[in-house]
Amino acid sequence: MTTAPIFRLLDVQKAYEVRAKGGSLFTRAKRRLRALDGVRLSLGPGESLAIVGESGSGKTTLLRVLLGLTQPTDGRALFREKDIGDLAGTDRDRFCREVAMIYQDARGSLNPRMSVLDLVAEPLDHHKLCAKAERRDRVTALLTRVGLAPEMMSRYVSALSGGQLRRVAIARALASEPSVLVADEAVSGLDVSTQAQILQLLRDLQREMGLSLLFITHDLGVAAYLCDRIAVMYLGRVVEAGATREVLKAPAHPYTRALLNASPRFFAPISDPLPGEVPSPIDLPPGCRFAGRCVRAQSDCHTREPALTPASPTRAFACLHPLPFSEPSAH
Amino acid sequence: MVDLSADIELSKQPARVSAILAFARSNIFFVIAATVVAIFVLSAVFAPLVAPHPPLDQDMAAFMSPPLTENHLLGTDSFGRDLLSRTIYGARYALAIGFGAVLIGAMGGLIVGMAAGLSGGVTEWALMRFIDALLALPSLIMAIAFISILGQGVDKVILAVGVALIGPFSRTVRADVLQIKAQAFVEAAGLMGVKRLAIIWRHILPNVIFPLAVQATIRVSYAVLVSSGLSFLGIGVAPPTPDWGLMIAEGRSFVSFAPWIAGVPGTALAILLIALSIVGDGVREHFDPKLRKQG
Ligand SMILES: Nc1ncnc2c1ncn2[C@@H]1O[C@H](COP(=O)(O)OP(=O)(O)O)[C@@H](O)[C@H]1O
Ligand code: SF4
Ligand SMILES: [Mg+2]
Repeated sequence: MTTAPIFRLLDVQKAYEVRAKGGSLFTRAKRRLRALDGVRLSLGPGESLAIVGESGSGKTTLLRVLLGLTQPTDGRALFREKDIGDLAGTDRDRFCREVAMIYQDARGSLNPRMSVLDLVAEPLDHHKLCAKAERRDRVTALLTRVGLAPEMMSRYVSALSGGQLRRVAIARALASEPSVLVADEAVSGLDVSTQAQILQLLRDLQREMGLSLLFITHDLGVAAYLCDRIAVMYLGRVVEAGATREVLKAPAHPYTRALLNASPRFFAPISDPLPGEVPSPIDLPPGCRFAGRCVRAQSDCHTREPALTPASPTRAFACLHPLPFSEPSAH
Repeated sequence: MVDLSADIELSKQPARVSAILAFARSNIFFVIAATVVAIFVLSAVFAPLVAPHPPLDQDMAAFMSPPLTENHLLGTDSFGRDLLSRTIYGARYALAIGFGAVLIGAMGGLIVGMAAGLSGGVTEWALMRFIDALLALPSLIMAIAFISILGQGVDKVILAVGVALIGPFSRTVRADVLQIKAQAFVEAAGLMGVKRLAIIWRHILPNVIFPLAVQATIRVSYAVLVSSGLSFLGIGVAPPTPDWGLMIAEGRSFVSFAPWIAGVPGTALAILLIALSIVGDGVREHFDPKLRKQG
């Protein structure tokens, strides 16, 4: 596989200046909060990558960097080998057309004063993808593709259910004929059966249209269903990455293991939640950032910081004392 | 499928009628108030046809005659002019000033509020101080100040009251713009590559105009009240214009022995104000999603 990646993050760091708690208004010092701390990943054509991690681990920040909505404070974020922040002219147009975002808050991402027809047609009009006469037919086709009746066209957002909203958002994302779909918690807040339908739709679309998919979720089950690759984030870092099936079958990083233990499964007793709290990403102590909550922590974990290192062609993790995991040749 | 849609088509018309009836039944006060406003508007428009006498005609045989005198249903004033006719013509001025002033205030508020909400830095700061200055004084005082610069006359009153309303309107518009600007659909349009002006035009403006229109309905009654206040103080519309505020002021001296001279235009004003605020509230309740959720 020598195809050029669509997205590449090279040791991206994003730090926010925040005022620490306590002290008076004047003595309170500004602190640096590293929402992303040296993230390296890539997304190739047709690949599907899940970003998982607890809330506050930096998933949304990563996405905002990828979309060019925030500039990294260090490192580089590349779209087709060009810095996302510097895209201009036809590069920028191409980026806008090829990358489609599906928001967590589907209702908020759709203008309440526009009909479904206009919402789905907006990318068509904007990128001049079809003649005026074809507009309606294209919208009909897109709505049908996401499982909505064409009669929905005249509806407004306020008259749509949660599941219908996601479908409209997906139809709108597909309208610009993108090569990458980016989704932030796109199925959270839906009931289980609707969630399953939307996930199936996304998976079918990804496979049929050869789309790349970057899917953010805190649900390992969703990641396993939808994505070939997974990156587990903790406090602004990728702590484990690799082929989803292998990682979830035999995680090497204690944090991935803990996430797996904490995720609910059918027919299994409710598992123990993750012990301890996520520490603040401000002024992290030296050593491994998971050490405070890690069951395998040893003394060197508090002094040496593990880096994300490849262990096999399909696995990488950042841990000094990893769990035993099988090599891919074992299956 | 075909049968089903035909069914829907057939049932559409009766469904709409029954929906309107159901709305009327559950909003009886709104319907009454809307009817009252409609009567005022119609009699203002067709005043020459409706009014029994011209508004300035003096009946030398009937000065200060009480209501129910022959020829003068609601009596006459100290010049022998028919009060019913003057009140009907007065509705013209009240409504023209009310709607005209609100139109000016809403347009000005839209421009200032949009500019303040969309700009940043020094421009926003300057506009906010401008709005603060407009808001610092009550609208009546503000209108008095403008009248003293502009002079008297119906058009001047409309302008003065309208400018006095720019402050409150721009404050609500700015708040709406800030709230809408932060919504995901605005960011989504930016991601799609839509230009800033197009985003403002297509995504922000429509979401601002609508609550502004609702606001405007509510403020019409306030504008009528302020303009009547100006006339009452003798600095609004000049006599002998049949303006309600002016008529109330003229009748003030006779209130102990001819209370109808101030009472007739005063009652008309009160009824119109109450009806307008009920209509305004009804419109807001019906269209404001925040209020609807609670209700
Ligand atoms: N604009 C911001 N200013 C300051 N801190 C921020 C900002 N955005 C995010 N953060 C912080 O960065 C961290 C990561 O946030 P986020 O990317 O939203 O995580 P996730 O999406 O995984 O829940 C959090 O600690 C959050 O408080
Ligand atoms: S490096 Fe040490 S503390 Fe960190 S995850 Fe591995 S074992 Fe746990
Ligand atoms: Mg998030």
